[in-house]
Amino acid sequence: MSDLLEIKELHAGVEDKELLHGVSLKIAAGETHVLMGPNGAGKSTLGYTIMGSPEYEVTSGSVFFNGEDITGESPDKRAKRGIFLSFQNPIEIPGITLSNFLRNALEQKTGERIRLWDFKKKLRAVMDVLQMDYSYADRDLNVGFSGGEKKKAEILQLLMLKPRLAILDETDSGLDVDAVKTVSKGVYEFQKDPDSSLIIITHNTKILEALKVDKTHVLVSGAIAEEGGAELVDEINQNGFEKYTSAE
Amino acid sequence: MKEKTQVDDINSSLYDFRYEEDESDMFESGITPQIIEEISQEKGDPEWMKEFRLKSLEIYNKTPMVDWGPSIEGLDMSNIVTYIRPKTRMQTDWNDVPDDIKDTFERLGIPQAERESLAGVGAQYDSELVYHNVREEVAAQGVVYTDLESAMHDKRYADMIKEHFMKLVPPTDHKFAALHGAVWSGGSFVYVPKGVHLDIPLQSYFRLNAKGAGQFEHTLIIVDEGAYLHFIEGCSAPKYYVASLHAGCVELYVRKNATLRYSTIENWSKNMYNLNTKRAIVEEGAKVEWVSGSFGSHVSYLYPMSILHGRGARAEFTGITFAGEGQNLDTGAKIVHAAPDTSSYMNTRSISKSGGISTFRSSVQVNKNAHGSKSSVSCESLMLDSESRSDTIPAMDIRTSQADIGHEAKIGRISDEAVFYLMSRGMTEENAKALIVSGFADNVSKELPLEYAVEMNNLIRIEMKGSIG
Repeated sequence: MSDLLEIKELHAGVEDKELLHGVSLKIAAGETHVLMGPNGAGKSTLGYTIMGSPEYEVTSGSVFFNGEDITGESPDKRAKRGIFLSFQNPIEIPGITLSNFLRNALEQKTGERIRLWDFKKKLRAVMDVLQMDYSYADRDLNVGFSGGEKKKAEILQLLMLKPRLAILDETDSGLDVDAVKTVSKGVYEFQKDPDSSLIIITHNTKILEALKVDKTHVLVSGAIAEEGGAELVDEINQNGFEKYTSAE
Repeated sequence: MKEKTQVDDINSSLYDFRYEEDESDMFESGITPQIIEEISQEKGDPEWMKEFRLKSLEIYNKTPMVDWGPSIEGLDMSNIVTYIRPKTRMQTDWNDVPDDIKDTFERLGIPQAERESLAGVGAQYDSELVYHNVREEVAAQGVVYTDLESAMHDKRYADMIKEHFMKLVPPTDHKFAALHGAVWSGGSFVYVPKGVHLDIPLQSYFRLNAKGAGQFEHTLIIVDEGAYLHFIEGCSAPKYYVASLHAGCVELYVRKNATLRYSTIENWSKNMYNLNTKRAIVEEGAKVEWVSGSFGSHVSYLYPMSILHGRGARAEFTGITFAGEGQNLDTGAKIVHAAPDTSSYMNTRSISKSGGISTFRSSVQVNKNAHGSKSSVSCESLMLDSESRSDTIPAMDIRTSQADIGHEAKIGRISDEAVFYLMSRGMTEENAKALIVSGFADNVSKELPLEYAVEMNNLIRIEMKGSIG
């Protein structure tokens, strides 16, 4: 079985500043990878680039998904292939409710109409897992949500849309201990499906406690500095990134 | 011999003999008392109206051209008669409708039959039917809804019209008000008797497409004490006129404790100079609510004005303006607080794209006696690209210290990150941008009757189509 995601020697950046200097990465279906690194190492840039953000320009290298080269593809096409990015700062979109937005996105993805009743039942079940008040479903997407509710709404979308690969960009940042637990429970739900793949970008290892981790990548100054298994997370948790940054 | 222009005509005496000698040429190039008399005779005006028209013409000739807003140089004032001659605006054929309007119809899914009724402006079938249906229902409550010309000849309303016609917007107001006074044609007259609460809105779109209704239509509405009316101007069918000048006039009298809601969606053809004047006088405890959507026209000057004349009178203005390629839309609202404890609320959104210019002007005047008054103005602009422009020009003239005044303005661009966010959930770029623009307009569109809100979102979607890549 070939890899679900394969990144080959990726160079990307903004205008004339290169932020990723030849990153390579492989993720097989069903695997969970953790991406760690000091601030400004390019973790979010990598996540955004995999999703196809027009903010970053790929100058060389390529991204393959399910064996196909998607390097130049727009984000909506990547989403339809099954890539999902949970934003660090989800955007407030007035004019459409969370519920309508999700139903819309689901229908576009499957190409089929979804019965309102079935959709609502499913939505409420997932909201229960995330301990979200049902009223959020009828509020405009992220508008006036607290930081914690915005992150929960991202995981709600993840669980409803069921992508093949989810990139979680510091989904745990700015959350209190209880909220991290709830979000982690949501991610666990996603991970339960043996075909679901994950890239978890994090500073904090709290979110990882209940999750299975297959591989860890340490990104420093736009390049992979070290790779390992789940044990690397614990090591960094104890020693920080000093050994990578002082080596520069 | 130098070529005659309208400017020359204005400066020379109206009764100059030279005109008589050169009648055919003159008929092509300027307005004369003879032409006005001809119009007046054709319409069978009462004597006072004929005099009113002639007086307005004099004022028109004396008043300088407006020079403070968007350029109206493209308006051929030397050929003003061609805008006025009734036959010009009657000979419309679907084939003559510009492609962009036809296209809009296709995309809005307006059926063939309706399209034909629009194209044949003179054909009245569909519209008449709607009109009569409405009239029967409202007439039972004593409501008058008819065209202004026949009302003028009806003994029951003739005095009422004489008393109110162009009293709120006198011909001396500005050059195009004077022109309107001289050549007005068509339009609606509405009277809602005391205490009558009309549950269904009255709509005027069919009337504007009907025979005789022109670019100079006059709307006169009187809502008597304690009554309620929602009047809707414009419709799902964008209006189309052969000539490209629209100088209508709307006068609204809202009497004690009455409420009038006046909704407009304008989506004229993009060659229109829209120089429209709208004004309301609001008496004690009464309220006027303007809802205004401006999508069409090449150039617009549109600032509905509310005069809060009685204690506790209120005005609300909710507006959205969308200026696309080649459009310069100068819109806004004026409020005059002329009595104590009056309040006004203005909430507007303007959007510009593809080099369009949208300017929002607000003017709030609080008179010395208007103590205890409140005013709140909020305007937001969204520019969809770097070649487009949006400006807000607020003016405030507060003559009492006992007033509570607030103003808030925001100008922004569509956020790339918001577009990316929506696209990362599978939405196309076009849909993502349309959703963001609709969301920006949401505050305004939810004020509209449902079918118009849907239409406005459709219009935004259509305007956004082709704006990508």
